[in-house]
Amino acid sequence: MIHDFGIVWSERALLLSGLANTAILSALSAVAALLLGAALTPALMARHAAVSWPARGFVDTMRCVPFLLFAYIVYYGLPSFGIRLDNWTSGLAALTLYNAAYMAEILRGAWAAQPREPIEAGVAFGFPELRLFRRIILPPLLLAAGPVLGNQMIQIIKDSAFLTVIALPELTHAASSIQSRHYVPFAAFITAVFLYWGLCLVIEAGVTTIGRVADIRR
Amino acid sequence: MAISHKVLDVAGVSKRFGAVEVLSDVSFTVDKGETVCVLGPSGSGKSTLLRCINWLEQPDAGQIYLNGARVGINSGGAVMNDRDLSEIRTRIGMVFQHFALWPHLTVLQNLMEAPLQVQRRPKAEVRDEALALLAKVGLSEKRDAFPAKLSGGQKQRVGIARALAMRPDLLLFDEPTSALDPELVGEVLVVMRELAHEGMTMVIVTHEMGFAREAATRVLFMDHGRAVETGAPERFFSNPETDRARQFLQRYAGSTAIDRR
Repeated sequence: MIHDFGIVWSERALLLSGLANTAILSALSAVAALLLGAALTPALMARHAAVSWPARGFVDTMRCVPFLLFAYIVYYGLPSFGIRLDNWTSGLAALTLYNAAYMAEILRGAWAAQPREPIEAGVAFGFPELRLFRRIILPPLLLAAGPVLGNQMIQIIKDSAFLTVIALPELTHAASSIQSRHYVPFAAFITAVFLYWGLCLVIEAGVTTIGRVADIRR
Repeated sequence: MAISHKVLDVAGVSKRFGAVEVLSDVSFTVDKGETVCVLGPSGSGKSTLLRCINWLEQPDAGQIYLNGARVGINSGGAVMNDRDLSEIRTRIGMVFQHFALWPHLTVLQNLMEAPLQVQRRPKAEVRDEALALLAKVGLSEKRDAFPAKLSGGQKQRVGIARALAMRPDLLLFDEPTSALDPELVGEVLVVMRELAHEGMTMVIVTHEMGFAREAATRVLFMDHGRAVETGAPERFFSNPETDRARQFLQRYAGSTAIDRR
């Protein structure tokens, strides 16, 4: 067994590049999903059905499709419509779109729970719509929803493992290559699990910081 | 324009929510430096009237003029766009019943937010004014505190300072002391009284009869969505013209609200 881990150690360059790719992939799509989700939130809350229905439709669709299937559709399905994306672009797009729906739904829930008056004060003080959302509505939402958003970011990291099926050289893909090359499945995969855990700890630290910022404000 | 000496001119404003007529044909004016207290039983439309003035509620009929300029409707007769509405709202300060401070910002940031983000005034100037306003309401030492850490009376004093930081032509108060514990009402009324003495133009929806009697230049009495009676507080409180006002005052007489200071 120790020997197996020795083999994994000898392949550390591959594993670390997988880890780096997973981190880059997750970080990019987490930021993009949060931005896109934040942009979708006012649409979900809009009074006009012409705005809220398409947003609602997108969110509900994403939430009902298994991520693996969605990744397949983006990478293998879209070329039938003439849209051919490489595996990095497909992976990023799939992770971002899929999780943006969750981010939007989380922020919508937090918004619905906010008191109405501070937002109304923003309107009364002359904040135009976009600035009202950016300066008055969104910051308390991010603080209130911090832990749940952090959870979703952890979900993004885990979802990124599925992207091994479109040959994206991320962490699971690297572990998989090591195990098939040397036949050390347990050592390779358990090492990957610990590396994923490490990434999640980083997110948790971020959530704790947000929690501290939020705590002095309530 | 003949109405230019009036800061506020409300002419024939009506508003209904579904089948309920909340305001019917309400007219009144406020001259520069006046403190008009709007009194009346709950549900008489006082708050809705206030909210129509800065277009938080869109009136169904009637006109509102701020310093002679139409609020909410542009010269073409259409509802104003976001930017025009925003511009006119910056000239009408508002103080809310539940304070409505922005929870993610410190006290000082609450005061500076709209002058910086909406009025786009220079930061140094806004900051100096905000600090002076905090001193005025007696909360200089709380400038870096977050609203959640303040008492109700302190929150409302910040609410007033925040509205003043916009340098408004008109200040609207929507039951500013109704959400406060009785012992905290006084500190807010002190600030409001001071503003009245300084000649700030204000419309105050309140149940504080003692305050209205002593600080108002004029009282507007509302009942069932109508402006029933208006006049000097001395006359209104000692000798109201209408039965409805008399009944309303009798209900208040003897209650603690009348001699709260």
